[in-house]
Amino acid sequence: MKIVVNGTEAEIGATTLQAALKELGYGEARVATAVNEGFIPAAARAERRLTEGDRLEILSPKQGG
Amino acid sequence: MPEFYGTRISSRLMLGTAQYPSPQVLSTAFRRSGAGVATVSLRREAARGDGDGFWQVIRELGVPVLPNTAGCHSVKEAVTTAHMARELFDTDWIKLEVIGHSDSLQPDPFGLVEAARILSDDGFKVFPYTTEDGIVAGKLLDAGCRVLMPWGAPIGTGLGLNNPYGLRALRAQFPDIPMVIDAGIGLPSHAAQAMELGFDAVLLNTAVAKAGDPAAMAEGFAHALDAGRLAYEADPMPPRDMAQPSTPILGLAVLK
Repeated sequence: MKIVVNGTEAEIGATTLQAALKELGYGEARVATAVNEGFIPAAARAERRLTEGDRLEILSPKQGG
Repeated sequence: MPEFYGTRISSRLMLGTAQYPSPQVLSTAFRRSGAGVATVSLRREAARGDGDGFWQVIRELGVPVLPNTAGCHSVKEAVTTAHMARELFDTDWIKLEVIGHSDSLQPDPFGLVEAARILSDDGFKVFPYTTEDGIVAGKLLDAGCRVLMPWGAPIGTGLGLNNPYGLRALRAQFPDIPMVIDAGIGLPSHAAQAMELGFDAVLLNTAVAKAGDPAAMAEGFAHALDAGRLAYEADPMPPRDMAQPSTPILGLAVLK
């Protein structure tokens, strides 16, 4: 199915957030996630099912002031 | 040294981590400044995992981390970003920014208070980036904030303290609340002025990161903070308009 990952369309086979992260190459990276603008804690990723058109945000620690 | 939500910090300087020429320059400047807090952000991650390397650099600084919600223009954005930051950085501290104007980066006071209430109720320790407005400050305290971070000047301008009168009034209005001057600081003298006014700490980034020699500038800020704080604690003389001789008149020789 097609979803939007960090603003860019992506085609994935995974049906859960956890599986999608792995498929998209994030593996063990230290990231925080939101789906359709709502925060999804790491502990809930395995249960969070994705559907066509979902908007996934994957954020990591970055420089800030 | 001041306490923020029960945590005593080791320096009155809170230093940002953005815009440095390299991670090495960032680390060197940080260590030379002795900064007590590092501010950080969270942004979209490419799958290759750049964030892990940056996180390692920050952890090695050995200071508390203050994540921000920079760039958020709505309550919802800021609240969601704060939740992501809490998980990512493993801290309930959050520098709350709800920007109301994209040119001045002035806080939206209404959104700021609403987001501060939501986050405080959810266990966050909120550091609100606000203006020097005393009414807004009171609302932020009512919302659960125990620290205030009034701006000196708009973010990134380096103009210093634009409204010393307003900042002095805010300091006097809430004498027991830890307050950090956040944004607009361009020179060590600006930071010294903030300390002389009785503020507890200063948060800055660009002034160090964009200096020709960031490490030297970082050390300059550390000295300025010490000097300004010492002056505040020493109870400065009141200014006066008319000259007054410091050498006694009594006993002056008559030599005309």
